[in-house]
Amino acid sequence: MAYDKFTILKSTTVPLPIENVDTDQIIPARFLKATERVGFGDNLFRDWRYNSDNTPKSDFVLNNPVYSGKILVGGKNFGSGSSREHAAWAVYDYGFRCVVSSFFADIFKNNCLNIGVLPVQVSPAFLEKIFSAVFADAQAQLEVNLPAQTITLLATGEQEKFDISPYKKDNLSNGFDDIDYLQNIRGEIQDFAATLPF
Amino acid sequence: MSKTLFDKVWDSHVVRKIEGGPDVLFIDRHLIHEVTSPVAFLGLKNRDIKVLYPERTFATADHNTPTINQHLPVSDPLSANQLKALENNANAYGIRHWGLGHQKNGIVHVIGPEHGITQPGATIVCGDSHTSTHGAFGAIAFGIGTSEVEMVLASQCIMQPKAKKMRISVTGSLSKGVTPKDVALFIISKLTTSGATGYFVEYAGEVFEKMSMEGRMTVCNLSIEMGARGGMIAPDQTTFDYIKDREFTPKGDAWDKAMAYWQTLKTDADATFDKEFTFDGSSIEPMITYGTNPGMGIGISNHIPDASEVEGGVTTYEKSLGYMGFHEGESMIGKKVDYVFVGSCTNGRIEDFRAFTSLIKGKKKAENVTVWLVPGSHIVEEQIKKEGLLDVLTEAGFTLRQPGCSACLAMNDDKVPAGKYAVSTSNRNFEGRQGPGARTMLASPLVAAAAAITGVVTDPRTLI
Repeated sequence: MAYDKFTILKSTTVPLPIENVDTDQIIPARFLKATERVGFGDNLFRDWRYNSDNTPKSDFVLNNPVYSGKILVGGKNFGSGSSREHAAWAVYDYGFRCVVSSFFADIFKNNCLNIGVLPVQVSPAFLEKIFSAVFADAQAQLEVNLPAQTITLLATGEQEKFDISPYKKDNLSNGFDDIDYLQNIRGEIQDFAATLPF
Repeated sequence: MSKTLFDKVWDSHVVRKIEGGPDVLFIDRHLIHEVTSPVAFLGLKNRDIKVLYPERTFATADHNTPTINQHLPVSDPLSANQLKALENNANAYGIRHWGLGHQKNGIVHVIGPEHGITQPGATIVCGDSHTSTHGAFGAIAFGIGTSEVEMVLASQCIMQPKAKKMRISVTGSLSKGVTPKDVALFIISKLTTSGATGYFVEYAGEVFEKMSMEGRMTVCNLSIEMGARGGMIAPDQTTFDYIKDREFTPKGDAWDKAMAYWQTLKTDADATFDKEFTFDGSSIEPMITYGTNPGMGIGISNHIPDASEVEGGVTTYEKSLGYMGFHEGESMIGKKVDYVFVGSCTNGRIEDFRAFTSLIKGKKKAENVTVWLVPGSHIVEEQIKKEGLLDVLTEAGFTLRQPGCSACLAMNDDKVPAGKYAVSTSNRNFEGRQGPGARTMLASPLVAAAAAITGVVTDPRTLI
């Protein structure tokens, strides 16, 4: 699945200062019945976002018109739990292109990278600064610069570097995915397979 | 150079190393199910790519299947559509498909080992995080996303950096009433739900050496709940005895040759790990969770910790206890139970039903409790009948359902109602995991049995 190229993203953010946000919260299992990748954003954080009668919960951040933007900022250990890529799809489909946290669960992070959502891991102190800035002023913007691997709190100019493998950076910058790469080395894979005992 | 078990299996499957990037890892066995595969097949179709090695992929329906009346058409049209999509895709690409009602059907991580698809030294992936289960056989096994399912179908490879290495040793022996599930919940409570993120875990020590294959599967299954990519245990005679003569394991000369290789699959004496933990097995008691992630577990006789005693923020902790309707300092013993669920890829095997039955034998189901007993596969279901366990269960007022993931993730109709409490042998107690508003307490089949006959959280050691 090809996706948009990622270079520099400047945006306001949606703050979610909860730790261990798991994939069952991001997209509950009962919404995994589709056979196509459409409409998952509608059910992003479904049970935190809506009451059982489908009315919006006014105290949840996605229902607060003050907060919007293409960057979701979550608490430590974001995306723990299941391997469902639907969680990353829901984040993307809702309109986020970047998720910032002080720690990500492995599979969720990988899934994001595979579909063109950039997970940016920052220090716990920087995460606190972002939350403070956004809660003080919802219009506070972050700039995520993939080529430079920096994240900047524009209001104060405070900045951190973030890690990403050169391979994934190249993919995201160009909108490539791993299948493109793997198709190109199919012969090498078949030669390797022929040497395996089983 | 000295190598760990993980190094040996990983390194032997690297097709290509990318400078500053991931390894291209060859995958021996690929398991698929109806929920995480349809979009992958759609991707193949859109790119006009064939499945490279269809014989290396196995399909089963489990996540989204009913656990009663499986002979009838599936009533939910969305679920029926997903099951049909799996069948159509499997047929279109020449993939083995054990759909609903097939004699070999069951939960993907139960049937893999049952049929010998799971073997030592193999790389195994599936679009499901509990794929770590298969590590019990000395395989590298882990969950992947749908984009990666598409990669494996297209190329039999995925692209991932090699994980760091962690060894968790549990020494000594376990006390009466303490099961492999308790060992796993104990370890997760110590490491927390993110304590092993970025690592591949090897479990070692006497407790695992003495453990049955099914027990090892339960432990490896839960590796993901502390964030680990996967968990594995070196294969030994217990492993070889379990897999011998199963449908997909080697036979004759091929078996001897495989055995010669499998016996080399252990961590070299001087190999090193990035992180090591050692626990004393005799200090573990039956465990139960009180919060909304699997790291929030305590010995069943303990009290719910104060926020100041746990790692992490107070707000998150209070939100979690608030959801559960519990308070700091309370005892878990005597908490009301409305539902009991025995099943899932964690605890849906025959030994789990033997354990449950051993405790309820001669007693009656508590009237206030709804109990769902869901075997992990048709083979487990048949075994329950063959061993006479069903008679004991029926006598005590229990019924047996048909195989599937069921209330573990509540994609089907097996949902715990909002606000109700469930003691569950499954793997996740996240908010809403077993149904919107459902409150889950994770525990072993013995703790589940004790709750099923007393109607409250009960220490199973008082009933043995």
